[in-house]
Amino acid sequence: MYILKLIFRNAFRHKLRTWLTVLGITIAILAFGLLRTVISAWYAGVEASSASRLVTRNAISIIFTLPLSYEERIRHIDGVKIVSAGNWFGGIYIDEKNFFANFAIEPRTFFDLYPEIILPPDQMAAFIRDRKGFIAGRKLAERFRWKVGDSVTLRGTIFPGQWDFVMRGIYRGRDKNVDETTFYFQWDYLNEKMKKTAPQRADQIGFFMIGVTRPDIASEVAQRIDNTFRNSIAETLTETEKAFQMSWIAMSQAIVTAIQLVSFVVIFIIMAVMANTMAMTARERIGEYAVLKTLGFGGGYIAALIFGESMIISLIGCACGMAFTFPAANAFGDALSNFFPVFNVERETIYMDIAAALLVGAVAGIFPTWRSVRIKIADGLRRIG
Amino acid sequence: MSLAQTVDTRPIVEIRNVSKSYRRGSQTIPVLQDISFDISEGEFLALMGPSGSGKSTLLNLLAGIDSVDSGSIVIGGLDITNLSEMDLARWRAVNVGFIFQFYNLIPVLTAFGNVELPLLLTRLSGKERREHVNAALSMVGLSDRMDHYPNQLSGGQQQRVAIARAVVTDPTVLVADEPTGDLDRVSAAEILALMGRLNRELGKTIIMVTHDARAAEKAHLIKQLDKGVFIDVHS
Amino acid sequence: MIPFSYNLRNLWTRRLTTALTIGGMALVVFVFAAVLMLAEGLKKTLVATGSLDNAVFIRKGSDSEIQSGIDRLQASTIETQPEVATGENGMPMVAKELVVVIVMPKRGTDKGSNVVIRGTSAGSLLLRPQIRIVEGRLPHPGSSEIMAGTNIAKRFTGGGIGETLRFGMRDWNVVGIFDAGNTGFSSEIWGDVDQLMPAFRRQAYSSVIFRMRDQSGFNVLKARIESDPRLTVEVMRETRYYEKQSEMMAKFLRILGISLTIIFSLGAVIGAMITMYAAVANRVSEIGTLRALGFRRRSILTAFLLESLLLGFFGGAFGLFFSSFLQLFTISTMNFQTFSELAFSFTLSLTIAAQGMGFALFMGFAGGLLPAIRASRLPIVDALRAA
Repeated sequence: MYILKLIFRNAFRHKLRTWLTVLGITIAILAFGLLRTVISAWYAGVEASSASRLVTRNAISIIFTLPLSYEERIRHIDGVKIVSAGNWFGGIYIDEKNFFANFAIEPRTFFDLYPEIILPPDQMAAFIRDRKGFIAGRKLAERFRWKVGDSVTLRGTIFPGQWDFVMRGIYRGRDKNVDETTFYFQWDYLNEKMKKTAPQRADQIGFFMIGVTRPDIASEVAQRIDNTFRNSIAETLTETEKAFQMSWIAMSQAIVTAIQLVSFVVIFIIMAVMANTMAMTARERIGEYAVLKTLGFGGGYIAALIFGESMIISLIGCACGMAFTFPAANAFGDALSNFFPVFNVERETIYMDIAAALLVGAVAGIFPTWRSVRIKIADGLRRIG
Repeated sequence: MSLAQTVDTRPIVEIRNVSKSYRRGSQTIPVLQDISFDISEGEFLALMGPSGSGKSTLLNLLAGIDSVDSGSIVIGGLDITNLSEMDLARWRAVNVGFIFQFYNLIPVLTAFGNVELPLLLTRLSGKERREHVNAALSMVGLSDRMDHYPNQLSGGQQQRVAIARAVVTDPTVLVADEPTGDLDRVSAAEILALMGRLNRELGKTIIMVTHDARAAEKAHLIKQLDKGVFIDVHS
Repeated sequence: MIPFSYNLRNLWTRRLTTALTIGGMALVVFVFAAVLMLAEGLKKTLVATGSLDNAVFIRKGSDSEIQSGIDRLQASTIETQPEVATGENGMPMVAKELVVVIVMPKRGTDKGSNVVIRGTSAGSLLLRPQIRIVEGRLPHPGSSEIMAGTNIAKRFTGGGIGETLRFGMRDWNVVGIFDAGNTGFSSEIWGDVDQLMPAFRRQAYSSVIFRMRDQSGFNVLKARIESDPRLTVEVMRETRYYEKQSEMMAKFLRILGISLTIIFSLGAVIGAMITMYAAVANRVSEIGTLRALGFRRRSILTAFLLESLLLGFFGGAFGLFFSSFLQLFTISTMNFQTFSELAFSFTLSLTIAAQGMGFALFMGFAGGLLPAIRASRLPIVDALRAA
């Protein structure tokens, strides 16, 4: 179509200015995409969590433990299908900078409860057999280049001493939002050592993970569990896994909100600058559009030219921005992998990118279009001379 | 070539074998071909010719804002074709006054500010500059408009400010490129009258490019250019 | 030289574009300054929390008081070290403390946050002279009375004076509010260690702190402690202890903040570049005129560069101006490293202001350089023809 060719030629008349504008929009879209990805990474834990699993911890706070004996009692509560137990170990691998999450768990029940953790059967069998064995997520294993059979030592912080482990498996997540950076080992290993070195700390669980028979009774079951242990030495607080994850985020809500706010405002400004630029270009061409009118082209055609030019520039910038978002997100995710185990670009982000680009193109095109449609030919022509 | 008796016969401008061509893509287009002639001090010369004849190019070369391919131009005893960019700029500031078709005033400066511009390139103090500007503006009859911005002045008034700017450094030559091209008949006549006065009363040498036959009549001397060479001379 | 008013008036003539470009730069400087101010505020809060004169003992290998446990026997050994200073009343300036974390709901929501409870003894206050009671009184030892830091009293339900908290199957009354300035203690609740330990069923202390007689005696103390086979503790100056607590958080803020700033600043520089290129394009005949009149290329370059620097300057000024208002806000969030509540504010220092302005000017320079060079390189004849 001739009009498209014209739009394209016009847009690239001032090559430098057009490319700079495209670059500006690219950067704005890139920044926007990255920020949104940071926000969704923050909530990744929540997204990956299940509403049919419960977490039971000591009612005072997460740093207090629950007696091992609770496990059996919880299992007998109406509506409970699976109970698994675990402790946050908090061990350090060589240096604090290498931070990753590590837990002591009960293997058999754990895998029943978390079907999204996928481990080849032979590795699972080897892990269960070896008391000192551990499994690590794919990303974690890649980071430190661990292979099955490697020996790894963690320095205990909460549970002091040097702890030796042997790698027995590498797990993958079933979905892309499953954390693949965690280290799991056997709770029995932890407990045995505690019985020998600090017996008063043995048989203590950090938290219970519970699978319910039906998701719709989850909150009732939670209530039942807490009622069972009310007024005992260690009162419990049971909530859905989702609620548990949310509570951590809520604690750093301030920062998340700040980032969201900043991202929208700054990007708005950059977009406004770009829109102004495109409007400037369109204004400069008023004379030419007047000439087109004298030749017989109607107001609609002119409007299409102006709008089309704004849109093309905007969309090219958007496409480039989106293209760069993925590698940039990867790099970002790697740099901040300590804080964000999952760092994926959401589909929703892409949609918002496109929407933003369309908005900028439209805003840039509106005023000059309105002007050009209404301008009297004679006035326009005067601008050329 | 005959010269009017009232004018001083020492040539202030000596053009010797000047040639200039432009490159467009792979083609070289000759604009001026081996031109030589003299201009006397106090002369009022009009250069005329069809479009593409090279008249504007010649003017630009005389003004020192373009450079020759070969030949020499000596103004006031100085060969400007040998000067460096820097020296040429300095020379221009003191020796050439410009009058353009579209006035070319700086829109964000007042009339006073525009006229003062060339003086900023000299070592005059603020007070001295003010004196010169006032004198120039009163000469063109715009003293009461010195605080106006160009967009507050009519075409004729803007051109008068431009003329004031052109004479404020008391330059050796005044160079005018279609000075009346954008003016109505009345304003054009005013401007030409002003230029005539500058020539007669202050002895300014004026070289003017124009299509306008009426404007050319104000000059002493008319030279016609066509395809880069002089073709006719009459006074 | 081309007059300065020329530059100013040119910026004013294209007001909208100038305003937008300045706005973009101002926002980048705002973000830049905000991040620096946040990191500064964080550092100030945590470092101020400690004193160079105090030595902190925690279990070897644990990263913070919360993970640490020091049994009574080891605590006694530490108490009797020769470096312990003696207070005015003739008593040694030592405190054996318990540090745990409980969950308290923030006021106005039912969302809980982790809050530090510190079991203290008489020596604890002596060791932290920055703490003052601002409301109520000190809790009586041997009772279920507690006092709360101003940040807790303000933001958490149950932390205000007269309010009650329930944990360890007992009710605890808040009888006083203390202000610890801009330090981490303002986000803590203090009570009698001998009451809190049984309530939380702890047999061991979390940490031992004492004032050193002589600051320089630290190294000798450290060497002796670490070679004593009876002890499994490590010692550091209190300032160093708190500095370590913020490392992860500071690093996170820095990475996030700096990368954001870099990306946004690229955008701002591009905006400035476009603005200046457009300015040059708009004034081509003007440039030709100035050169014809005798102004040198360098003057043209300087003039346009100056305009761009002015954009940067105003952007920086506005950005810093607005960022200074951030000092009115306090961020209340969780410290990732210690899992507990931390409140800190934005701190604007002269250094940060200078850095912000320097950054703004740099953006102006970067954006304006190429257009200014182009302007200065325009051949006179072509420029005049563009009238």
